[in-house]
Amino acid sequence: MSEIKKFLYVNRKAPYGTIYALESLEVVLIGAAFDQDVSLAFLDDGVFQLLKKQDTAGIGVKNFSPTFRALGDYDVTKFYVEQESLTERGLTADDLMDITYEDEDDDYEEKPSIRVVNRDEMAAIMGDQDVVLSF
Amino acid sequence: MKFGIVVSEGPYTHQASDTAYHFVKAALAAGHEVPRVFFYHDGVNVGTRLSIPPQDERNIQKNWTALGQEHGIDLVICIAAAQRRGLLDENEASRQGKDANNIAEGFRISGLGQLIEMGIQTDRLMTFGD
Repeated sequence: MSEIKKFLYVNRKAPYGTIYALESLEVVLIGAAFDQDVSLAFLDDGVFQLLKKQDTAGIGVKNFSPTFRALGDYDVTKFYVEQESLTERGLTADDLMDITYEDEDDDYEEKPSIRVVNRDEMAAIMGDQDVVLSF
Repeated sequence: MKFGIVVSEGPYTHQASDTAYHFVKAALAAGHEVPRVFFYHDGVNVGTRLSIPPQDERNIQKNWTALGQEHGIDLVICIAAAQRRGLLDENEASRQGKDANNIAEGFRISGLGQLIEMGIQTDRLMTFGD
């Protein structure tokens, strides 16, 4: 496929309680095969998707959070997390999983995938996209 | 302009599939193209032929089937979302050992790649959801 577009997957919902987050991740995984320029955005309750130490045993649904850590292997390396959404929920970047990727342009150095941005920066990131899919 | 459409909420429960339908009609009437509509999440339920809304209500599935056939729109139901929710075509029913299928005329079941491809091939991708 010759044309490369910028795809942004916007995650706005908590990881459990509804299926949106899981089915968003399924789109990201399939989309990774299409060699597009992919970014993920996490805002509103979507920031909960990246929390450390998720344990879903008590609610009988699959904990899919480890999958986020595998996305670097699929060249999905840009996770934009909105600072205001974290703050509004009493969270900081330290509460989020360590998600990294190996930068093939920099001697495969391991780098963080999560980039905390403020609301204005998030708006600019969204404005820069060709395709925005919101979940 | 070429529009790709995503419907991501279920029929009757939510306005999304109705609004998408009216948008597509209006876009086509204005001379735009809508090559494909992709049904995801509970939106896949639009594509069952077994729904029976009261006679004085709109029939969302039949509206889509008619619009799709009239304008040659590819109405795609996501297979992963459909399997969770019990939407099957004949092939899937037989492959999965199920005793029935329920997909409506004019719809087809396919993979999420169709959604990504639609994003690549259209000028604008519009999501109708929550």
